[in-house]
Amino acid sequence: MSTVFLGDPPVASTQELVTIKVQDLDFFYGSFQGLKNIKLDVFEKKVTAFIGPSGCGKSTLLRTLNRMYDLYPGQHAEGSIVYKGRNILDKDVDVNVLRAKIGMVFQKPTPFPMSIYENIAFGVRLYENLSKGEMDERVEWALNKAALWGEVKDKLNKSGLSLSGGQQQRLCIARAVAVKPDVLLLDEPTSALDPISTVKIEELISELKDDYTITIVTHNMQQAARCSDFTAYMYLGELVEFGETDKIFLNPNKKETQDYITGRFG
Amino acid sequence: MPTEHSSKQYELDLESIRSRVLQMGGMVEKQFYDAMNCFRTLNASEAERIIAADIEVNQMEVALDDVCSHLIVKRQPAANDLRTFMATIKVITDLERIGDEATKIARAAKAIHQRGIVPIAHEDIVRVMAATTGRQLHDALDAFARMDEKQATRLIVVDEEIDLEYRVVMRSAVTLMMEDPRTISAALDTLWVAKAIERIGDHAKNIAEYVIYIVEGKDIRHTDYAILQQYSQ
Repeated sequence: MSTVFLGDPPVASTQELVTIKVQDLDFFYGSFQGLKNIKLDVFEKKVTAFIGPSGCGKSTLLRTLNRMYDLYPGQHAEGSIVYKGRNILDKDVDVNVLRAKIGMVFQKPTPFPMSIYENIAFGVRLYENLSKGEMDERVEWALNKAALWGEVKDKLNKSGLSLSGGQQQRLCIARAVAVKPDVLLLDEPTSALDPISTVKIEELISELKDDYTITIVTHNMQQAARCSDFTAYMYLGELVEFGETDKIFLNPNKKETQDYITGRFG
Repeated sequence: MPTEHSSKQYELDLESIRSRVLQMGGMVEKQFYDAMNCFRTLNASEAERIIAADIEVNQMEVALDDVCSHLIVKRQPAANDLRTFMATIKVITDLERIGDEATKIARAAKAIHQRGIVPIAHEDIVRVMAATTGRQLHDALDAFARMDEKQATRLIVVDEEIDLEYRVVMRSAVTLMMEDPRTISAALDTLWVAKAIERIGDHAKNIAEYVIYIVEGKDIRHTDYAILQQYSQ
């Protein structure tokens, strides 16, 4: 199978700082191999988009980056994902600390059934012991970062579930940001949202990348073109092409990539 | 292109744009051919017909631009599709300009006809460059139809010959005018025609450059790409 795509593993040729270095990564759902020999650099304070057809492994790859798969028995990864000098796949890595540093936002907004304030404070309390004043500040800071403060500042005690879909998703982003991570993993963050909310999330992504490294899985190719700096095209568990987004969308190196992004796929 | 779009309609739309561009190309090619014939025969009514026919080319430009912008908003093309759209829109502009240049030639024919006396072999002076340019235009459209970047590269190099020929025409016209001032009107008209032909050659070269852009993704305008390519072969 590994001969389907020709040439050396695709690597972007830039002088960016590498936040996460993925090398020789294989991933298994039981006996099914979901990822094959992935090599990829995630660059600091850049947005990296994973695109590809359903089942190509892009969400799987995203979920290995903070070991979300640990929650499911029978799934395991081999190879290395180096973050801050450590292979995070090692057994002795504290996944709770890891997930605080590499936060995740899911496809469907998943606010906790508690107040807006508590939605943010809940995660922070797990890692830090803040006074009431400090916590108030942190909640306001996180909601500001997620461009939600103005809309919710007068109803912080209302349930998170009372917000609109777009607001709920920004609440989830605020929740992820509140624990001050380095990296944000966004798994199709706008696929359940209307166009206006989508624009707000995309704006937010471009603001957040001043402070965070972001990776995003998206089915919306235009979204990848709009908000990412680097794009990885995946197919059948392999990384076909990785490079600067402009290059991938204007003149990709591989025909497979071109067929997919122009809709000639399949 | 071997692989088809998952959307049949998109495929049909692209094909329809392509064939209409080629149809427009055929129209201006004939316009140029007719204009050169008219310049040879100095047939005033034929000149009028050529000038009037340009309206059709102009309308086609507007219609095709409209179709392209509609498709861009509907399909958000990427990669080679995007390059094809960008290049097609520019090809349309070049074709329309070729139509304009052809009408200039027809106008010059009409002007010489109206003056009655033709003291110079006006058509002989531009015959060589008109023939080269006619071939260039035909080959450029052919390269566009077949997406043949090799042929396009050759065309770009040949364009130099037309430019050279233009300078030769200019020198002979100047010589004629110095020798006998009675030739000035006709020689000037012939020079305008030579200029129009030379411009048509430039437009054909532009089309060839877009073919390379579509196929290879390289924007080679204002570079020595074609010449270097030619030497390396």
